[in-house]
Amino acid sequence: MHADTTVTSKKAAALAAFEGIDSEPGVPKPDPILVIEKVVRRFGGLTAVDVDHVEVQRGSITALIGPNGAGKTTFFNQLTGFDTADEGSWSFNGKPLRGVPAHRVARSGMVRTFQLTKALSKLTVMENMRLGAQNQRGENFFRALIPGSWRGQEDEITERAEELLERFKLAAKRDDFAGSLSGGQRKLLEMARALMVGPELVMLDEPMAGVNPALTQSLLGHVKDLREEGMTVLFVEHDMDMVRDISDWVIVMAQGTVIAEGPPDTIMSDNRVIDAYLGAHHDAPMSVEEAEEQLQEAEAELEAEIEEKA
Amino acid sequence: MDWNTIFVTTVKASIGLETVVYALAAIGVNIQFGYAGLLNFGQAAFLGVAAYGLAVIVSTFGLSFWLGIAVGLVATVVLAFLLGIPTLRLRADYLAIVTIAAAEIVRLVFRSVAFKDVFGGSDGRQNFSGDFYAMNPYAPGSYGIGPIKFDERTTWVLTVGWILIALSCVLVYLLMKSPWGRVLKAIREDEDAVRSLGKNVFSYKMQALVLGGVIGCLGGFIFGLGQASIQPDLFGTEFTFYAYTIVILGGAARVFSPVVGAAIFWVLLVFVGNTLSEAVGAGVFGSAITVTQVGSVRFILVGLGLMLLLIFRPQGIFGDKREIALDAR
Ligand SMILES: Nc1ncnc2c1ncn2[C@@H]1O[C@H](COP(=O)(O)OP(=O)(O)OP(=O)(O)O)[C@@H](O)[C@H]1O
Ligand SMILES: [Mg+2]
Repeated sequence: MHADTTVTSKKAAALAAFEGIDSEPGVPKPDPILVIEKVVRRFGGLTAVDVDHVEVQRGSITALIGPNGAGKTTFFNQLTGFDTADEGSWSFNGKPLRGVPAHRVARSGMVRTFQLTKALSKLTVMENMRLGAQNQRGENFFRALIPGSWRGQEDEITERAEELLERFKLAAKRDDFAGSLSGGQRKLLEMARALMVGPELVMLDEPMAGVNPALTQSLLGHVKDLREEGMTVLFVEHDMDMVRDISDWVIVMAQGTVIAEGPPDTIMSDNRVIDAYLGAHHDAPMSVEEAEEQLQEAEAELEAEIEEKA
Repeated sequence: MDWNTIFVTTVKASIGLETVVYALAAIGVNIQFGYAGLLNFGQAAFLGVAAYGLAVIVSTFGLSFWLGIAVGLVATVVLAFLLGIPTLRLRADYLAIVTIAAAEIVRLVFRSVAFKDVFGGSDGRQNFSGDFYAMNPYAPGSYGIGPIKFDERTTWVLTVGWILIALSCVLVYLLMKSPWGRVLKAIREDEDAVRSLGKNVFSYKMQALVLGGVIGCLGGFIFGLGQASIQPDLFGTEFTFYAYTIVILGGAARVFSPVVGAAIFWVLLVFVGNTLSEAVGAGVFGSAITVTQVGSVRFILVGLGLMLLLIFRPQGIFGDKREIALDAR
């Protein structure tokens, strides 16, 4: 259903939206779903996140990349209400979100997954899925006591969950404890469960880490499908092939700030990005020749890959 | 040795007052700890404020029995909010610390000299159960099967107690197979995951704390009424720990485990205690154990039994072995 080569209408629309946009950090987008004015989070003396203006285009797949410790997860935590930012303001669909508790953020349509997977071990896979559904009548204490009042809705939820489990290749595990799943399967379950919420913006923190390559392909397909269904995806990923394959736009973080933005095929040759990844301010002593050599190697490698793609 | 007496007292213990009281307390703990993962170490205080609420209204102020029940219930809910509001947003251990301290504060206030006029100091309160026994439908006499007999007053308390246990079990059963119970169990596993799915975790934890407290408080009423008196030291921390023992013995997060756990716990205590007393009386141990030591020795033996149970059946009697296995992953 998600043929790799067909450039679908949604993808074309997303790419068209980015047409002619400068590759500058903080550049305005035509129809942003998420607008960050400023976010600052300090841990003691360490400023983990200090992001100025950033916008995320509606209906696009945007990748957030950066070296380890760049502050990507911390940035996610601030946006989704799992941590309290020291400063800043940001809005989702025009609604200011700073100080809004995590569960309200999720209800408003912005749902995230976690880098360290959070499967609910002693619930079955199906119960994990059902938990994601919103506005459940049976989650009210008094209505819970009258099974007739929530059974019908529960059946609908189960049906929706079964479709998603099928898509994520977990249907066979339906009645197993989530704790018995493998690491990769838990990633899949967490993503499927997040979709049960019915989000507008899905924020995935390293969704592919630990998932086998064959499955990664189908997961990539699922992520593209999300865009087809009208959702916006913002995801953190270290695998550059994958970033290039599915993202319409890439935001690069390093040392807590956004250092570059741009389309995936040009962003990797941006000097600021290469510096961030290879360390223009490398701690280890390195001779000038060594550094030059490494840089050229990396550039050649990147270019080769880009050409291969084209 | 009088095996007949041992047998009769043991069977009576399985459905007796202590079993009823501890079963209700443990059903509450099972909701909080077993299903929601909340470490409420102050369950004794919930029974205490309920029993004292009833006793003080009736015996200190001379007001009606039903008003006393209402005050006991309200006091329980208020206590749950007082303990929950500051702690339920924090990490799980804070609730444990606050509840264990609060339970001691409550007990010390009940036995304090300053409030002796209201709570009766360490002697507690009496003369509040008259209206309850006036409602007794059983004619004077004894009721039961064969040698297992209770007088009409005990029969009445036990009837009410077991009806409350049955209703509580039905309530827990309905709740825990509903989406409400699913949210609770999910919170026990990982709060942040539940938040990320749009559930108000604080609200659910508070509901669990209040519900567990209210079911426990029914045990407080039965305790006071069954003994026709209450003393502050009935509600010490060991009460709470027995309730936890019972839940773990039965198997956490199972509907009937607190009830069966309570029965087994008291049967063991009474059986071991009586057998030891009889044996000491008959001179079986010579001078190794005296009558006064029997009370402690029975706890040692029962404790040993519980340790063996947890070693060989860590999931408790009703627990699911597969769930325990998941923790090791
Ligand atoms: N709770 C915390 N207390 C102190 N420092 C923290 C805390 N959380 C994150 N940090 C620091 O903030 C910085 C950013 O961490 P973060 O987890 O956001 O990185 P990341 O970009 O997600 O990295 P990775 O790609 O490895 O997941 C790191 O230097 C980290 O040590
Ligand atoms: Mg991270």
